[in-house]
Amino acid sequence: MNTYLPWIMLVLLGAYHGINPAMGWLFAVGLGLQEQRRGAVVSAFAPIALGHALSVALVVALLGILQQIMPAGVLSMISAGVLLAFGAYRIATSAAHPRWVGMRVGFRDLTAWSFLMSTAHGAGLMLAPLLLQFNTSGPVHTHGAHAQHILAAGMGLPSTQLLAVGLHTAAMFAVMAVIALLVYEKLGLHLLRRAWFNLDFLWTGALLLAGVLTLFNASA
Amino acid sequence: MTTWKPDPTFYPSPQMAMEAPREQLAYVAVINPNNNGRPDALAVMDVNPQSSHCGQIVNRVEMLHPGDELHHFGWNACSAALCPWAPHPHVERRYLLVPGLRSSRMYIIDTQPNPARPRIVKVIQPEEIYKKSGYSRPHTIHCGPDDIYVSALGAPDGNGPGGIFVMDHKTFEIKGAWEKERGPQQLAYDFWWHLTQDIMLTSEWGTPNMVEAGLNPELLLGSKYGHQLHVWDLRKRRHLQVLDLGAENQMVLELRPAHNPNQTYGFVGVVTSLKDLSASIWLWHRENGQYAIRKVIEVPAEPADPDLLPPILKGFGAVPPLITDINLSLDDQQLYVSCWGTGEMRQYDVSDPFHPELTGSVHLGGIVRHTNHPNSGPLNGGPQMVEISRDGKRVYFTNSLYASWDAQFYPEGILGWATMLDVKPAGGMALNPHFFVNFGTERPHQIRLQGGDASSDSYCYPNA
Repeated sequence: MNTYLPWIMLVLLGAYHGINPAMGWLFAVGLGLQEQRRGAVVSAFAPIALGHALSVALVVALLGILQQIMPAGVLSMISAGVLLAFGAYRIATSAAHPRWVGMRVGFRDLTAWSFLMSTAHGAGLMLAPLLLQFNTSGPVHTHGAHAQHILAAGMGLPSTQLLAVGLHTAAMFAVMAVIALLVYEKLGLHLLRRAWFNLDFLWTGALLLAGVLTLFNASA
Repeated sequence: MTTWKPDPTFYPSPQMAMEAPREQLAYVAVINPNNNGRPDALAVMDVNPQSSHCGQIVNRVEMLHPGDELHHFGWNACSAALCPWAPHPHVERRYLLVPGLRSSRMYIIDTQPNPARPRIVKVIQPEEIYKKSGYSRPHTIHCGPDDIYVSALGAPDGNGPGGIFVMDHKTFEIKGAWEKERGPQQLAYDFWWHLTQDIMLTSEWGTPNMVEAGLNPELLLGSKYGHQLHVWDLRKRRHLQVLDLGAENQMVLELRPAHNPNQTYGFVGVVTSLKDLSASIWLWHRENGQYAIRKVIEVPAEPADPDLLPPILKGFGAVPPLITDINLSLDDQQLYVSCWGTGEMRQYDVSDPFHPELTGSVHLGGIVRHTNHPNSGPLNGGPQMVEISRDGKRVYFTNSLYASWDAQFYPEGILGWATMLDVKPAGGMALNPHFFVNFGTERPHQIRLQGGDASSDSYCYPNA
């Protein structure tokens, strides 16, 4: 597989997570409208992105550790199993809503909310097949280009882990910010009624697809 | 039940709800007080002016047991599903939760696929409500951002405390009591919230044992009925503050917070004052981080010939107005006030909530007046449960209160009716001469409008 492809996918999935209203842009818009100022929209971005990054980092770190202690094939099978089970769980049950949150939230509340929403939606989990690529694309780095060494190294390397979380979150942040400001400044709330497609269907589909891909990679 | 696009009847802001198409159908809780073994019903009322059946009951769903005493009811989901911290707009406003106030039984009624032909799809028996919530006598239903919230008058044994329990908006499973820390709160009745402030408010009537046998004059004269509001932290589920209206103000009932979510005030009605039998409307408002309350409307009692009064009022020689329900239009401009004793519906301009102005009055029924509708003979009962269309142009109301209390104030036996007012664009209102629904010996109570009304939804995004 192309060395850069997993990284591009990581960025695209970041953008995809940014599009989902449940991941934060809608909350930023709501806070801005409540306070009647754009500053309130903008200041919600950082904690929301931070919460998302922490949720993704959790999965990245976990996979990094597991890669050290078990064969890649076994880890892929386990990841695939978790993804498929989580996807099936989301189909079988309606996701519960966080109960402790409200509309008056500070930086810490918003970070915790975003972390919980991302984790409950399996945002980090969805990245698992890509993250595992960094190890299984091993043959590429024997070709020797220096930059590819880092990119193709195993997830155990902290620099690779940070880069993965950082790139994904940067993409999520950018898309969230653009949508939130567009809705707040130009498009307005009518958009919620017309264009809010049920991303949950697609989301669950993406989780299941990730599971199948991981399974495919594991057996390949 | 999961959809691709948001339910078209969910609105981000009250203003957007006002711009929506008008209601075609209304659902009415109908009580059968005749002790003849027949159950209560949910009636479907045609309110589409293009229809040849406009102003008629086009269908009715009978409950499965007699004696439930239907009262208030509400939707499984509404505009609050758009709230940004728990967005889940792909559920449907589809099921009506219809509790029996006396039986503590709850019916789940499906209004799809044909809204004119709703049907019962689930019954929650009283024992299940007792066991899972610790409460009984469910009253107000509000669809919240996360769950369905239900207020209840008391404990299963009929004493206090009353409170709130929560239910899942898809499975209708009872999740348990809502309060984590109730402070001094014992009495319950209505509740609502300021969603964007994380504030809930609850009001006080009396425990089941204080109200079910009728209004108890001893308890009333001893100021034992409710005279307080309670302010709660909606997030932490903790009691924050008591707003005491004074012990002489007996029975603090319907709560109507401003719909626009960047406002922090609302109105509540008081049934009667022990001082002079007047009724009143109070305004709560946020002030220096706390809530404060003050009286903004007082409606005096009307002197009357004792011969014309029921036994409970003979000694007073006057008819109390008895404000039993109020409702606030979605633009927060008009407040409608039901005076069930004197038989009057009032309209106030509350654009300045601290200084309401009386802008309209219509008499119908009443303990002494018995005012008739252009389409009827003399009427009894009086304007009671009142509902406003989303666009604020039509006001629907019915005439019964609660069977054992009906019998004290209208001992001749209330004959049920529902009617409608047309609101004048420049202020004021007039009875619609054509719209009069006669329920005979049955009694209509709360009305809910298809697609939401002025007391069914709460909004998380302010008007543009």
